Amino acid sequence: MSESMPTRTLADAGGVDHGAVARRSRTWGWWFVAEHRIRAMRSYVFSWVGLGIGEPFLYIVGLGFGLGMLVDANQGEQGVDGVPYIVFVAPALALAAAMQTAAQENTYGVFGGFKWFPMFFSMGGTPISAAHIVLGFQLSVLVRVLLPLTAFAIVMMVLQLGTAGGALVLIGIGLLLATAFGFAVMSWVSTQTDDRGQLSFIERFVVVPLTLFSGTYFPLETLPLLLQWIGWISPLWHAVELGRTALYGAAIEPAMLLVHVGYLVAIALLCCLLSIRTFRKRLDR
Amino acid sequence: MIEATGLRKQYGDFTAVDGIDFAIEPGEAFGFLGPNGAGKSTTMRMIAATSTRSAGDLRVLGFDPETHGPEVRAQLGIVPQADQLDEELRVVDNLIVYGRYFGLPLDYVKRRSEELLEFAQLTEKRTARVDGLSGGMKRRLTIARGLINAPKAMLLDEPTTGLDPQARHVLWDRLFRLKEEGTTLVLTTHYMDEAEQLCDRLVVIDKGTIVAEGSPAALIREYSTREVLEVRFGSARNGQAAEAMAGIGQRIEVLPDRVLVYDHDGEAAMSAVHERGLSPITSLVRRSSLEDVFLRLTGRSLIE
Ligand SMILES: Nc1ncnc2c1ncn2[C@@H]1O[C@H](COP(=O)(O)OP(=O)(O)OP(=O)(O)O)[C@@H](O)[C@H]1O
Ligand SMILES: [Mg+2]
Repeated sequence: MSESMPTRTLADAGGVDHGAVARRSRTWGWWFVAEHRIRAMRSYVFSWVGLGIGEPFLYIVGLGFGLGMLVDANQGEQGVDGVPYIVFVAPALALAAAMQTAAQENTYGVFGGFKWFPMFFSMGGTPISAAHIVLGFQLSVLVRVLLPLTAFAIVMMVLQLGTAGGALVLIGIGLLLATAFGFAVMSWVSTQTDDRGQLSFIERFVVVPLTLFSGTYFPLETLPLLLQWIGWISPLWHAVELGRTALYGAAIEPAMLLVHVGYLVAIALLCCLLSIRTFRKRLDR
Repeated sequence: MIEATGLRKQYGDFTAVDGIDFAIEPGEAFGFLGPNGAGKSTTMRMIAATSTRSAGDLRVLGFDPETHGPEVRAQLGIVPQADQLDEELRVVDNLIVYGRYFGLPLDYVKRRSEELLEFAQLTEKRTARVDGLSGGMKRRLTIARGLINAPKAMLLDEPTTGLDPQARHVLWDRLFRLKEEGTTLVLTTHYMDEAEQLCDRLVVIDKGTIVAEGSPAALIREYSTREVLEVRFGSARNGQAAEAMAGIGQRIEVLPDRVLVYDHDGEAAMSAVHERGLSPITSLVRRSSLEDVFLRLTGRSLIE
């Protein structure tokens, strides 16, 4: 064949230490998964940056100013939750976007990883484990979610909604929410082996209702008590409560702070473990 | 280097692999030959530590795959039956990301990817997206990917199924080179010619059990004759003609579309057929192949 073939053999390409390979993969497998996915994202990055900046701006300006004018005219001096509507709604919009992005990535990325482009199976043929795949995947989703979150934070700073420090903390809250919701979606989608249209349920019957009933566009207390429970179980509501406190210092009891964070962390942990179990089972054929 | 005793795999009530024994030596090219559903892929997955065995003992490169999956997979190159490439990535990036899963440094992986692209004759395609490659190119890329960690053994599940003859020969040539360089090859196939070309030794596997074992030549010697006469009389008349041919050759096998006469001298068998006043539509004398071995052992053809 070709003359330029190196003389040393392909079989022994300069001494790969297989023992070290196994040790490194046992420790760093999650990072290699994230690295792979981030590399794959590079080809989309430009369209995302366009959308990523454009969307937050449209949402905040459209809803915040437009609807805000109406609301504020009605509410008079005290606004909503003590602030103008645009400040009230901005953190919720940012967090809802984080939740939605995490849900989408975990729906189509996870289902596709088993089915359409069975990447998880080829990862399973390398020394890394199912737990690494689950963790690395979610890490890459967080990188993806960082984009809209940062964009929202920038828009908030430019429009001087709340404090700049609060806008930064909001990014962290968004990542926590994305982790919890991402793992929750993953733990269900990974159990699905056939797409009979149920994948779109997550967007239609979970993400959208949660967005509407989590105190996003209006305070949860304005809902009849009969519907408020949706907010209480909704990760988005817990995150939004934290987000409002961060951005404009909305009053909150210290105990509730713990409840909100604890709820999100608990969901993340539980669903992460469930996902690992499902991945392990599915990869062992 | 790979040793199995009483290896079994159950899927619920169904037994896919039913207690098989084999031992594969370093540097050997070892084949699993069998029809669809024989349990070849299942066996390969158990060796590759991606499927947990239901019973039996298995040692791969010094480890038990059940307890030391990462250690086993670190030393293996896996070429699954379906390519499972990342279709959204460029060709070279597929090699790079895969190499990273083995914890190999990025600069090493990049260098090695170029070598492997050359080996797989894909250098020209290095920046193409995978979804635009032909089947043969994808297969070669999958084999190149499996080599990224300089494996001690390559597991190739039907390396050339679905490829045209030319693409298959290119692949065989690549695999030959690997074998020459001392890589142990474990492969499955349902192509006789592939098994004969590539394997030093093979097991014939049917319905999850091993029905014969040996080198291709030894198997043919043991289970078949040197030559085979194939005669066709038209599907309606094959059975009747076979009865009329009774006694010719050492053994006669009736298939729906032809009659096979096993004899060390095929031409002589042909004359004998003509002497009995039979005139087949077509006739052909060929050397025995593993196909005949399989037919003899199972009573069925390998490719239905
Ligand atoms: N994950 C699974 N769950 C249930 N049954 C399975 C599973 N994988 C394989 N089987 C069954 O086990 C048997 C052996 O399958 P296997 O894929 O090992 O066959 P094979 O020899 O590789 O066949 P082919 O030539 O078609 O690739 C088949 O009957 C198959 O249906
Ligand atoms: Mg198979």
